Amino acid sequence: MAGGSSTSGARAALMLTAKRFASSLLTLFLVSVVVFTIAQLLPGDAAQEALGQSATAEQVAALRHEMGLDRPAPERYASWLGGMVSGDPGQSMVANLPVSEVISSRLPNSLLLAALSALVAVPVALAIGIGSAMNRGGRLDRALNIATLSMVAVPEFLVATLAVLIFSVKLRWLPSIALVADDMSWGDYLRGAAMPILCLAVVVIAQMARMTRAAVIDQMDRPYVEMAVLKGVPPVRVVLRHIMPNAVAPIVNAMALSLSYLLGGAIIVETIFNYPGLASLMVNAVTSRDMPLLQACAMIFCAAYLILMLIADVTAILANPRLRAQ
Amino acid sequence: MTAHVPDPHGPNPHGPNPHVEVKGLRVTARNAAGEIFPIVRDIDFTLKRGEVLALIGESGSGKTTIALTLLGHARPGATIAGGSIRVGDSQILSLDARGLAQLRGNRIAYIAQSAASAFNPSRTIMDQVIEPALIHHLMPRAQAEKKAIELFRALALPFPDTIGSRYPHQLSGGQLQRLMAAMALVTDPELVILDEPTTALDVTTQIEVLRAFKAVVLERGATAIYVSHDLAVVTQMADQIVVLNKGRIREKGSADQILHRPVDDYTKTLMAAARPAIRSAPKQANVPAAPLLEIRGMTAGYGRIGKDGRPHIPVLRDINLKIERGATLGVIGESGSGKSTMARVIAGLLPAAQGEVLLGGEPLPPGLKGRSRDQFRRIQLVFQNADTALNPAHSVGQILSRPLAFYHRLTGNAARLRVLELLDLIRLPSSVIDRRCGELSGGQKQRINLARALAADPELILCDEVTSALDTVVGAAILDLMAELRKELGVAYMFISHDISTVRAICDDILVLYSGNMVEMGGREGFREAPFHPYTDLLIGSVPEMRAGWLEESGAARSLPLIGASAEEVELCRFLPRCAARIDGVCNKVAPPRHRLAKGNDILCHHGEERLTKVQGVAA
Amino acid sequence: MTASSLRWAKALPLSAKVGLAFVLFWLAIAIFGPMLAPYPVGAFVAYDVFDGMSAQHWLGSDYLGRDVLSRLLSGARYTVGLAAAAAMLASATGTALALTAAVGGAGVDEPLSRFMDTLISIPSKIFSLVLVAAFGSSLALLLLIAAVTYVPGNYRIARALAVNLAQMDYVQVARARGEGRFHLALREILPNMIHPLLADFGLRFVFIVLLLSGLSFLGLGVQPPDADLGSLVRENISGLGEGALAILMPAIAIATLTVGVNLLIDGLKGKRP
Repeated sequence: MAGGSSTSGARAALMLTAKRFASSLLTLFLVSVVVFTIAQLLPGDAAQEALGQSATAEQVAALRHEMGLDRPAPERYASWLGGMVSGDPGQSMVANLPVSEVISSRLPNSLLLAALSALVAVPVALAIGIGSAMNRGGRLDRALNIATLSMVAVPEFLVATLAVLIFSVKLRWLPSIALVADDMSWGDYLRGAAMPILCLAVVVIAQMARMTRAAVIDQMDRPYVEMAVLKGVPPVRVVLRHIMPNAVAPIVNAMALSLSYLLGGAIIVETIFNYPGLASLMVNAVTSRDMPLLQACAMIFCAAYLILMLIADVTAILANPRLRAQ
Repeated sequence: MTAHVPDPHGPNPHGPNPHVEVKGLRVTARNAAGEIFPIVRDIDFTLKRGEVLALIGESGSGKTTIALTLLGHARPGATIAGGSIRVGDSQILSLDARGLAQLRGNRIAYIAQSAASAFNPSRTIMDQVIEPALIHHLMPRAQAEKKAIELFRALALPFPDTIGSRYPHQLSGGQLQRLMAAMALVTDPELVILDEPTTALDVTTQIEVLRAFKAVVLERGATAIYVSHDLAVVTQMADQIVVLNKGRIREKGSADQILHRPVDDYTKTLMAAARPAIRSAPKQANVPAAPLLEIRGMTAGYGRIGKDGRPHIPVLRDINLKIERGATLGVIGESGSGKSTMARVIAGLLPAAQGEVLLGGEPLPPGLKGRSRDQFRRIQLVFQNADTALNPAHSVGQILSRPLAFYHRLTGNAARLRVLELLDLIRLPSSVIDRRCGELSGGQKQRINLARALAADPELILCDEVTSALDTVVGAAILDLMAELRKELGVAYMFISHDISTVRAICDDILVLYSGNMVEMGGREGFREAPFHPYTDLLIGSVPEMRAGWLEESGAARSLPLIGASAEEVELCRFLPRCAARIDGVCNKVAPPRHRLAKGNDILCHHGEERLTKVQGVAA
Repeated sequence: MTASSLRWAKALPLSAKVGLAFVLFWLAIAIFGPMLAPYPVGAFVAYDVFDGMSAQHWLGSDYLGRDVLSRLLSGARYTVGLAAAAAMLASATGTALALTAAVGGAGVDEPLSRFMDTLISIPSKIFSLVLVAAFGSSLALLLLIAAVTYVPGNYRIARALAVNLAQMDYVQVARARGEGRFHLALREILPNMIHPLLADFGLRFVFIVLLLSGLSFLGLGVQPPDADLGSLVRENISGLGEGALAILMPAIAIATLTVGVNLLIDGLKGKRP
């Protein structure tokens, strides 16, 4: 019963956040070990690959030395990690440019695409999720359930194909290829990127809406909600004032998980629409076995995932009154 | 007054205009196969203004369902299918959602069973307590807060001026239950529904909450409906009693009539089960040299074990006890006292940090590792909740034959015969052998739970709250069975419970635990009259008795003597903060000694015989 | 047996019945499809490319004038077979590791869970791309890659289930009876995980179908002359502008398969009490 102050609560929250941050960093480090190890298991080696079958043993050896492939693995890992951290993850073998340069030309496009898709998806998904939770078991809820259930299982390329057929082939509203240039106006960009944004949003909305509904319904079954109803609290106020404060953390978690899906979904969508983003760059890196570029792209995607999860967990820490006020 | 059968057309016993009138109420639910069936039917009762009516019954009797219909509410899956409910001049069942919302938390208030989960964890207490007053636009916020603080004070809550700024997780169950009463009363309702408001509380907390309720809820003149399974509690609160069984009224009448002159057989059974019968076998005469189980200087807990040999979070401290062959030791304490941990340590699930456990004079390895199969066999564990103690994926036959195969290498027909024998022993038909546990009733499951332990041919059965999850009548039958088995098989029990009346009724020796310390230990005879350890005294004094006026007369949980600051770095008596016999300068400065009272009980207390007798008088 | 499964199917909600029908249909196609194919898979049989529906070619022709129906019937076998095998491998591995963690104590659980947490932080499509880049994409490798990619997800769910169940009283009773870890894991814990694990298996199957057809669509999955449904979409992508059946049909085929599984799982979830 002794009165603790809210500062001790704030300190506890800060400590937890710091701990959570450190844990993310550790995971990122472990991820880098995994990615590096897999890349090293390449059958044959990169020098041989680069020079082709006709190269002599000396040429290969010389290139191996130049690429540092003759050094022991831990040493190569250390220098690769050092490069990643300092913003110089090596030389792209195919483009013959620094990886950092190749990526920096693509990363902003990807971020923009993800941000705009999220901007479309989040409000729609929240509305669908909360709406169907409030209508639980009703006709609207069941219809939305079937719709979102189907959407999460539909391959992105079907969504994209149908979108192209409808919006560019039949209606001729939008271009089927996303042309993005540096000096484009916002209007032109939006027109060009509308279809990728639409496709990504559709797939993410379904997932996010389902998870939001589940989070809200989980709270609706708690005794405190029945208590609120029996106090005469009107339904909208029950949702906004009673359920929402408790559902914030799971909903943010649902959004983070779904948005992390944007990272993978972008691979297909960017490729279909020829959108110059990081994901299509990564596909090219796989096709051409450009390992330095591939590793760097993979690390960026993993870091993005970890950042999203970190945001979700920190939100949960801040939303929990046990930690806010000790 | 005589008992009457429900008769809607008969003369009304409560005068021409009762405050609450329920007629022909019927509630239905839909089962898994989609069929609609009644869970409550033919419910009629009336209630005068300012009276308290108790709805009493076992689980599944429909008492909570009926209470909720007075608010026009049915839980998901259930539907109010017929009848009428009038409160004052409102016909509850003809109101729409908006009309109901205006009524709830305003003219009719609800106090939920578990306040710990009925408060919103993310909002402050004050926000929630005054919410009914604000949403019904009854008074401005400042006035509501002032009123809430007055109620906090009246309900004897600590720090009434600031308690409202706290969150539910910062308060205890007993405090939350009283705060819920404040929330109900802030709008001065004409009818208050109390749904098992003290069931989730320890008995010593229950008495405080009951006092607060009686003082504040009932004496403000509100009409109240009190839902409970506990006849003794109801005796303290109710003017009228309605006895329910399986969704129907068995008997209704004044409290006095129901308690003293029950007519219905079911009511009589309930009354009989509420008074625990003494069941004990005489101790075996030829006691062998070594006790069956002996614990010496045992300390146990969770977390890392420190340099002083104590765990980070100690749960049990310095435990010493003996159980003779065929004897029953009762271990009693409130939630968090460490009583279940005791069973886990003996069973090897939690290795003790210090001390030793001897079985038949031989030390047992502290954890599971290193125990022989025979040592495992001799000690068996029976948990409180048979729903979670029996594997839902296995049939009754599989559950009972596993120990037979494991300990006795019995398989095939021999095992089947033994399983049938065991079923006979626990008075279950052999037809249950191929059933899954999910298809059995609570009492049947608990019997299987017991039979699984018996299948091992154990010498000691650790029973952890085996009757707590059961209705009184069913629990009494389990206790009878255990007493019989003890006679027939000579098995010893460690009977862990929070209920001192049960323990006093069936155990030879009793150990009282408080916050992990043995505060009193002795034979059953020693727990008949004072002097006791002050905690034992509180425990015994808090058990409601089935007579009106007990709540007012009981001396338990009254105000405490004032004491100064406690000494640091001394292992003080852990009961000090709640002790009615504490003395400034002694109890808050020096660790208490363990000493023996004349009647043979060992207690951990500063006080001697005379002082305890003087304080406790001849109560209990 | 058949009667009881019929009764079981009858009790399902309508959406689950539709799902079950799709699942059974695709299972049958995966098994018998190639026998039903009207033309050889690789044969150029139509006079025109990207033909529409006709009596000879029910689903038209593809970019080389091959029969779409025949190619679909044989592609389905790759898609369903590979994904089913990979999902089984992933579920079996993940669950076995999860049980090991649940009964093995902190010394086993902590490093294993840390490792799985690391793998789960690599988005699945990214992870499989890295694996494909490193190892290539023969059928056997694709199966392994898909399985490895989805082991951590299954592990996480199975471990949560198993750790919860390991705390149940009946497992504690079995431990106090002196039972070994093997018995605890296989007899006490595993039987109570079957239902959620089956649902998870279904989800993992859907994920793997989407992953493998996605990879094939990118040209990184099943390689010619073999072709799964994703490869069919890819090879006909030039027909997108004219809305060719050759591109729509395989995409719709995948969707009916995955949506069917999802509907079935959802219906089963609602049925359990």
